[in-house]
Amino acid sequence: MAIPDRHGRFGPYGGRYVPETLMPALLELEEAYQRTRKDTRFQAELKHYLKEYVGRPTPLYFAQRLTKRLGGAKIYLKREDLCHTGAHKINNAIGQALLARRMKKPRLIAETGAGQHGVATATVAAMFGLECEIYMGTEDMQRQALNVFRMRLLGSKVTGVDAGSRTLKDAISEAMRDWTTNVRTTHYVLGSVLGAHPYPVMIRDFQAVIGREARKQILAAEGRLPDCLIACVGGGSNAMGLFHAFVPDKKVRMVGVEAAGLGVESGKHAARFAGGRPGVLQGTMTYLLQDENGQVNLTHSVSAGLDYAAVGPEHSYHKETNRAEYTSATDDEALAAFDLLAREEGIMPALESAHAIAEVVKCAPRMKKNQILVVNLSGRGDKDVQQVARIKGVTL
Amino acid sequence: MNRLDETFGRLQAKGEKALITYIMAGDPSLQETEQLVLELERAGADIIELGVPFSDPIADGPVIQQAAERGLQSGTSLRRILESVARLRGMTQIPIVLMAYYNNIHAFGEADFCRKAVAAGVDGLIVPDMPPDEAGPLREPATAAGLHLIFLLAPTSTASRRAYVAKESGGFVYYVSITGITGAKLNDMVGVRDNVAKIRKHTKTPVAVGFGVATPEDAARVAEAADGVIVGSAIVRRVGEHGQDGRLVHEVGSFVRSLKAAMQPG
Repeated sequence: MAIPDRHGRFGPYGGRYVPETLMPALLELEEAYQRTRKDTRFQAELKHYLKEYVGRPTPLYFAQRLTKRLGGAKIYLKREDLCHTGAHKINNAIGQALLARRMKKPRLIAETGAGQHGVATATVAAMFGLECEIYMGTEDMQRQALNVFRMRLLGSKVTGVDAGSRTLKDAISEAMRDWTTNVRTTHYVLGSVLGAHPYPVMIRDFQAVIGREARKQILAAEGRLPDCLIACVGGGSNAMGLFHAFVPDKKVRMVGVEAAGLGVESGKHAARFAGGRPGVLQGTMTYLLQDENGQVNLTHSVSAGLDYAAVGPEHSYHKETNRAEYTSATDDEALAAFDLLAREEGIMPALESAHAIAEVVKCAPRMKKNQILVVNLSGRGDKDVQQVARIKGVTL
Repeated sequence: MNRLDETFGRLQAKGEKALITYIMAGDPSLQETEQLVLELERAGADIIELGVPFSDPIADGPVIQQAAERGLQSGTSLRRILESVARLRGMTQIPIVLMAYYNNIHAFGEADFCRKAVAAGVDGLIVPDMPPDEAGPLREPATAAGLHLIFLLAPTSTASRRAYVAKESGGFVYYVSITGITGAKLNDMVGVRDNVAKIRKHTKTPVAVGFGVATPEDAARVAEAADGVIVGSAIVRRVGEHGQDGRLVHEVGSFVRSLKAAMQPG
């Protein structure tokens, strides 16, 4: 059976749980997306922008000092932080903007948590001359003030969402309401492998360039496949992007790192696999943090991009089939990893990506020196400098 | 016979249209919800739609979102709503439809929910984030229990969606009059008339129109085109305004009387 099947099901996960108003738009999007997959002109255009505008391929960098410091496996960093706009998010934003152009939709909307997807969407909207509106929880706007200003500089409208927890989840709900209202003229550029079919599979495919490059690069550098892949998982697009090309390579372990916030036992976290169970949120059936009545729980993470109650449905499938393992890192572990990478390698990771580095700190020393780890450094930490200063009690 | 079918049959025989009124269960408390249901019936409502408060209501505008927050704050759960419906059944036989997001039903358990809902006296279920394409786990237990699954159609629906959804829907077909969320403004009556006529080609099931019906004038115009008129946000807004001032039941009752009066034929 194909994964996902034609209803967008990854086993029991995925699907299309949306108001009827959106069903025709999702069917139209799926058709347009399927057409472009086989359309060599579209693929050539996408490749052109990824190379000339985003700066692909991104390097696979051997982190020599970090490897030595941890004293175990060889650590390679896939440098998505070097993409234009500073994170992997633009791989998907370019793909969807090209699709929107084909569907003749002059307006883009997007949600954003950390602001990276919002900045990526605002950037491609500027480059393609499309109107753009970004929804962002007011709590996140405060945490990521720099990115809010950046999106406005790029000519996008940024609309604060003051409902619920005032974070990513509420921004997605508001973007879905906008899409429901303006669906005839608007394409919703969802930022992660979430939501209703075809978004999870389409976004995975736009991000899969990460793993395709990394696979080629590690074979060139080491002459063999890595032992283990590590990536942080909010919605899970950077992780799916890295994992996808390696899924058939059964000997390559895949590890996703969720945000444990103040600790899973504290209840203040976003570790869906540790504390959740399957449910439906914002269009898809997947692991979800919820109470016994099916109300969605509030989440907590120092990283706005991981602060979300559900996870991409394909991750739920990989979890259930044991193809991937899922673990978590606390706020404190992520902050320590942020410092470590800055000092050992001169690279400041996004707080999201710092969760992946935190897992490297735990597992590299337990591995043999001839083993290989590939970590997705999904974004750069410039956006987080102010917040890290605040946490450290430093006034800038 | 399901109370919904019985009510539409009786109204059609008299040449009348159904007034379907929506309130959020537990806003401001379930006790007041029960009083409101009885008052809605006295004021002329033919069918009651009870919203089940959900933390993330993607199909709803700000008025119903805030009502859901108030409902959650008063400790309302699906289980307690079914207890309320069971209590109401000692006093009224008006058809009751629940409008619940899918995750609340899924957490309850689909089959368990259908059995307990019908035992409590619920006649139909609307799940705004579950198109019939995803209704698999509910279809069989709902049919077995005698619970109507009511599906929605929208101005964006294509001919093939209309044919599919109209056939799947039981009790009535819910036509969403606007491209948007609950509480937006109704401005395309020609489109409503057109679409209701197109839906009727596929099914004998009554067609009711909702989203954006806010005034007695709206209700009168929609009643000319459809078998039922659904009013939600305009009532819920009044519950929000008067929930704490002792005039709640009176204010909601008099508004619903004005809707019903506007819908009388001739």
